[in-house]
Amino acid sequence: MPILEVQNIVKRFGTAEVLKGVSFSLEQGDSLAIIGSSGSGKTTLLRCLNFLEQANEGRIIVRGETLFDASDHILYNDQSIRRKRLHFGLVFQAFHLFPQYTALKNITLARELMAREQADFKQNKKEILEGIQQRGLNLLDQVGLADKRDFYPHQLSGGQQQRVAIARALAMNPDILCFDEPTSALDPELTDEVLRVIRGLAEKNTTMVIVTHEMHFARRVADKVLFMDEGTVVEYGTPEAVFDHPSSERTRRFLERYSEDA
Amino acid sequence: MGFWNVTLRLLEGFQNTCLIFALTLVLALPLGLAVAFGSMSRLAPLRYLTKTFVWIIRGVPLMLQIFIIYFVPRIVFQISFIPRFSSVIVAFTINYACYFSEIYRGGIENISRSQFEAGQVLGMTKSQIFFRVILLQVVKRILAPMSNEIITLVKDTALARVIVVAEIIKVAYEFAATDALIWPLFYTGVFYLAFVGILTLLFGYFEKKLDYFRA
Repeated sequence: MPILEVQNIVKRFGTAEVLKGVSFSLEQGDSLAIIGSSGSGKTTLLRCLNFLEQANEGRIIVRGETLFDASDHILYNDQSIRRKRLHFGLVFQAFHLFPQYTALKNITLARELMAREQADFKQNKKEILEGIQQRGLNLLDQVGLADKRDFYPHQLSGGQQQRVAIARALAMNPDILCFDEPTSALDPELTDEVLRVIRGLAEKNTTMVIVTHEMHFARRVADKVLFMDEGTVVEYGTPEAVFDHPSSERTRRFLERYSEDA
Repeated sequence: MGFWNVTLRLLEGFQNTCLIFALTLVLALPLGLAVAFGSMSRLAPLRYLTKTFVWIIRGVPLMLQIFIIYFVPRIVFQISFIPRFSSVIVAFTINYACYFSEIYRGGIENISRSQFEAGQVLGMTKSQIFFRVILLQVVKRILAPMSNEIITLVKDTALARVIVVAEIIKVAYEFAATDALIWPLFYTGVFYLAFVGILTLLFGYFEKKLDYFRA
């Protein structure tokens, strides 16, 4: 059973149809790179997965559980969306760390707030918070920033901020971690440190959906590559299939443009 | 009338000045936030109603509002006794809540939507996001315009005398009227300056306190 099934997602903004029936599925532990030119709907797709936008049509199924189905008109209230959202994590292009909290607190805050809803929070408050703290420190260590635990976001470089943001998303133990062009806001010399962290996650079989313009990275790290154009999936397959033997003319033209740039 | 006697009498008036200031602040700061949420509401009727209300309150002189709140209940509802001091507090609170609301709104709308979304994708509730993520950033951003408005409030309290509430200028004015002493009136300036001086230091302190992060 695939961990994620996306079926026929359609998203309209007013009269503009940004996603025109996007479907794909993803196996546990796989990382999927979504490529395509700006405006092809990649970011909107990620936002639909994370319930920041609500798709007009289609279904989202995680581990066999239908999280979203546009055709059944149950009202998706804040509380239920909040729970469903936790299946996914999202790392933003521009990090969006909380500026008033230290690197460590950025990672632990949401977990701490969540822990208050546990029935045994009052009795075991100290242990629970210590556990969250420890997990935060481990995550900081994992992204190579153990020595920056007490730094505020503005004291960190863009690459370091993005690594904290990745740790922050991981802290919620999402089933599927999404990245929205995680290196596009970074200076070229800072992209490597972020890509290295993501590659490390791939090696640990973290299920990921990565919207990216880094073609070399997609080819080396991703298990599957999906090429989107004008709101549709044009090509979906292994990196070898998509990069070396694209079946569609549109994919070929897109890849040529990128290899010229590189 | 000696200097100390005048000082003591003025201090009595200044007590009222401070009381109007403090009560207005305590009431208008939270009320302003409620008005701000009203003017940002997704419900169009509520939004327009709030905006119209803010327009009226900010468009009419505070002095006139004090008169209206003090006199209209007597005339329209035949209520014989309206306490002067309470009327002043009500008028000031409504007036300042509207000014504060616009400052809040600017501060909240300027915190990029992305901070809100960053909280959402981590499974935080709306109120958690507001109180744990957004609020302090808003406070930091609105500190300067807020301090401006609050300093204006110190001096606006002098308007209370239009319905014979004995704030410091009213008291000083009586010296001129009954004892032909004009200097107490000028002397009141020292009290205002001292008060605003303390507030300025206080705001400077808060600004420094919030210096540890960039919003």
